[in-house]
Amino acid sequence: MKLNHLLPLLGLATVAYAAPQSFDFKDPKGVNNAVFKLDAPLESINGSASGISGTVTFDPAAPAATTGKIIVASESLTVPNPMQKEHLHSVNWLDVAKYPEITFEAKSLANVKTEGNITTADATGTFTLHGVAKEMTVPIKLTYLADKLSARVPNLKGDLLVIRANFVINREDFNIQKGQYEDKVSTTIDLSLSIAGASVK
Amino acid sequence: MKKLLRSLAIIVALAAAVVWVATGANRGWTKTSVPVKTLDDVTGIEGISYQQKFLPGVDFLGAAAVASGLLAGASFFFGKTKTNQSNKP
Repeated sequence: MKLNHLLPLLGLATVAYAAPQSFDFKDPKGVNNAVFKLDAPLESINGSASGISGTVTFDPAAPAATTGKIIVASESLTVPNPMQKEHLHSVNWLDVAKYPEITFEAKSLANVKTEGNITTADATGTFTLHGVAKEMTVPIKLTYLADKLSARVPNLKGDLLVIRANFVINREDFNIQKGQYEDKVSTTIDLSLSIAGASVK
Repeated sequence: MKKLLRSLAIIVALAAAVVWVATGANRGWTKTSVPVKTLDDVTGIEGISYQQKFLPGVDFLGAAAVASGLLAGASFFFGKTKTNQSNKP
């Protein structure tokens, strides 16, 4: 058989191999984080959350079909001032005991653009905070790092998927102290998500 | 006693100001931890961890000012030190 006849077969094999992969976002290195910033006239509050988990299904051959759910443990939200952190976790604000998770479940992607291993898109899904679920569209950037898992976690072979997202939410949409403390605690919250998930082969 | 209390008031106020300036003159609230960023070479993600560190803020300065004021105020409850005049001619 000539090489020319083998090439289409090789192509078919590649298509068959490029199946959707499931990426686990529970990071063993603890680098994954979500940063939040509130800039009120009298006070600026900056903090981060590290308790991130969830799974995303991503197909390098069809990034537009990406779906998944990212979970942030409310308890992991941290600010450098201990009293502020106590207030943040209390029943008056996030009530982390009652609402232990902040989630975003992506259901569909639009405006998908892929260049090399980088895909940008607008992810539409359900953002849940403080027990309130809201449909949102969030701009995201996906970076697919094939066979890079071993560079991060020795003895494990697989791929990495890095997700970055920057978006703004309004705390009043999620019934967090509606109409209260607006001079000290901004109603708009800037969120920045930088997370990496692993797909073990 | 009057002098001692006033001296203490000045020492408390000055010490608080020196500590505040020496630790970076933080104009926010007092922090007991500070974020430390580390770059993950493979993913390019900047990880954030918190290191225990006391960083006095404006509330620390305020508390020191109140303490200093109380000490200075308390000094007014003590009368002038009486000098012994029995040896006068």
